[in-house]
Amino acid sequence: MSEASPRLRVRVWRGNAEGGALAEYAVPARANQTVLDVVTHIQREVDPTLAYRFACRVGMCGSCAMVVNGRPRWTCRTHVSRVAKDGALELRPLANLPVIRDLATDMAPFFDKWAKARGSFQPKDAPDGAVPEEFAPGDFAVGDFAVVPPASKQREAADAGIECIGCGVCYAGCDIVAWNPDYLGPAALNRAWTLVNDVRDGGKKDRLAAVAGDAGCHACHSTQSCTAHCPKGIDPSGAIAGLKRGIFWGVR
Amino acid sequence: MNGVQLWAVQRGTAMILAVAVVVHLVTILVAVRGGLSAAEIIGRTQGSWAWLGFYSVFALAAGLHGAIGLRAIAAEWAGWRGRGFDLAWVAIGLLTAAFGIRAAFGLFGA
Ligand code: SF4
Ligand code: SF4
Ligand code: FES
Repeated sequence: MSEASPRLRVRVWRGNAEGGALAEYAVPARANQTVLDVVTHIQREVDPTLAYRFACRVGMCGSCAMVVNGRPRWTCRTHVSRVAKDGALELRPLANLPVIRDLATDMAPFFDKWAKARGSFQPKDAPDGAVPEEFAPGDFAVGDFAVVPPASKQREAADAGIECIGCGVCYAGCDIVAWNPDYLGPAALNRAWTLVNDVRDGGKKDRLAAVAGDAGCHACHSTQSCTAHCPKGIDPSGAIAGLKRGIFWGVR
Repeated sequence: MNGVQLWAVQRGTAMILAVAVVVHLVTILVAVRGGLSAAEIIGRTQGSWAWLGFYSVFALAAGLHGAIGLRAIAAEWAGWRGRGFDLAWVAIGLLTAAFGIRAAFGLFGA
């Protein structure tokens, strides 16, 4: 790092559940720098008390999301060059979630809603989690592996939403979540629709009942903000439309 | 009424309104060509069951569609939620529809 190296002006929200304010930092600008690199620099070189969260740094774990210059993003895969405005960044904790401290939010309400939307797989053929016979000879063996052709229509519908990493970016970008605290939100509903399309799953009826109504898919206005923000290119808005249709026609 | 039924009614009334609004506007445009008099209007509407039927359906669809939409806005922006508000919205929707149907009936029986 030379003396004359260009600097980024980075404003970071510092505070806790009671409130906070923006603090300004100068961070050396580098080529191919991600927003997460910038936050890490501040924490390591400037102020070790800065709280934030990350794990994988390669877009898999879903823990690094923040609001960057007004938009929710995954910071480990967001290049500064793509989002900085005149060398300036403004970083805030993910919206629509309680703040723990600084850039770290409490994701509990987000994942509680996954559970409410019945977001866990309910194996049809082995409800108690039994292992197929040939792999577990003995008294407790039940059933066999399901054969699911990857090119079948239902599997393609399930695959469309399965790569969700639970980052909460869509949840932070949805106005309805902000206006209706009970609303399950795009990620939980996308998960529910993914499982509804999974032919191996046996919990569809319960799940469709759990996601209907004013706190569920019927609260969505199909504005597609979630779809526009999802870093994985998932379309939760389309998934929610699928749930609405599925519930109306009573399919599957 | 639950969310599924409200959604179905909102979708259904939207389809009706899409057609009805077009018919309504085209009728106005056609009717006003070459001037319009009260006698001319009543001449067309009086005793016309087709006209009364069309505007009754139109008014009912508009009343319900509007009330369901306002219900969502009130819940999101003002936090007005719950059974009491839902009943109020049903009443508001039906009342709005009743005004429209009453007006149509007035011209039908004029
Ligand atoms: S489409 Fe629905 S879930 Fe997605 S941002 Fe809009 S209201 Fe929220
Ligand atoms: S749907 Fe996309 S934006 Fe939403 S939690 Fe999953 S990966 Fe993140
Ligand atoms: S750190 Fe894992 S997705 Fe960004």
